[in-house]
Amino acid sequence: MHELGIVFYIIRDVKEAAQANGVGHVDAVVMDIGEVSTIIPDYLQDCWRWAADKEDMLRGCELKINTINAVTRCGDCGAEYGTVEHGKTCPVCQSANTWLIRGNEVEIKEIQVNDNN
Amino acid sequence: MDKVKVIEIKKSVFADNDEDAARLRSELKRRGVYLLNLMSSPGSGKTTTLIQTLKRLEGRLRVSVMEADIDSDVDAIKIQEATGVPSIQLHTGGMCHLDAEMTRQGLDNVALSDSDLVILENVGNLVCPAEFDTGAVRNAMILSVPEGHDKPLKYPLMFSVCDLVLVNKTDVMPYFDFDMDKCREYVHMRNPKAVIIPICAKTGEGIDAFADWLVQEVKNWKQQ
Repeated sequence: MHELGIVFYIIRDVKEAAQANGVGHVDAVVMDIGEVSTIIPDYLQDCWRWAADKEDMLRGCELKINTINAVTRCGDCGAEYGTVEHGKTCPVCQSANTWLIRGNEVEIKEIQVNDNN
Repeated sequence: MDKVKVIEIKKSVFADNDEDAARLRSELKRRGVYLLNLMSSPGSGKTTTLIQTLKRLEGRLRVSVMEADIDSDVDAIKIQEATGVPSIQLHTGGMCHLDAEMTRQGLDNVALSDSDLVILENVGNLVCPAEFDTGAVRNAMILSVPEGHDKPLKYPLMFSVCDLVLVNKTDVMPYFDFDMDKCREYVHMRNPKAVIIPICAKTGEGIDAFADWLVQEVKNWKQQ
């Protein structure tokens, strides 16, 4: 449900970056989205289409999503394991002293523009 | 074929909001105002808890309340009528959370020079509000007994960002399989430093402890 709010943030940042680079129209925005970021890619796409098409600079602009796998590290045995599979408990030593090292990203990686515009 | 030019950005979508929130916090610090962000799911008893707490804070702290909802103003009216505490209603216009900018706009309508404490009652939701720093000094949440003691496992982010967890509706404990020890264990898995206070807004249990916590927090904030 927070995807729409996130889309407004993306639009603001992309417009700022485009203006700073003298770009008139953006053709694609590439996002890095972590597996456990709580963003649902399908919802993000739907909200993006609805909101982006209301902006001249972003009409028809594609949203490309790279999914970043979530990895957790164990502070006791040093193991690194898949967060989605095992959660907060280390599958090697059963410790709960673990922390997420990636998978929480909601980042704008880059924007792509047609060089002729 | 058209050539595609790539402009690298590499920026977290939350970066601007985090900066906004930090700026707002330092402005509040300068003005000696403590902002509490109160979150919970719908129906956990936020408004009733606030009414009870505000009555106990009378004469101890000058308080203002900002109610955030997607629509309606029933909460702000209810608080103002029951306690006389100045309350304003914020509408998020369909959004499921408040961010720092919306909070700032709300605060523009609060008499900050007459407030030691501003309580922001966030939109009822255990997911989205946890993602957005509002600029509050502390985050608190209410978990009510009927929701179950397993919620910290299901909504990890909410419990890891909260400094205070109020466990409300303790009067109905006999009718639910709610395990307070398990609840404490699960909350502390998410945030070992979280303070947990069992309360009942209806009977008044624990409300004094919450009021004392607020008074101490505001005092520390003003002295720091």
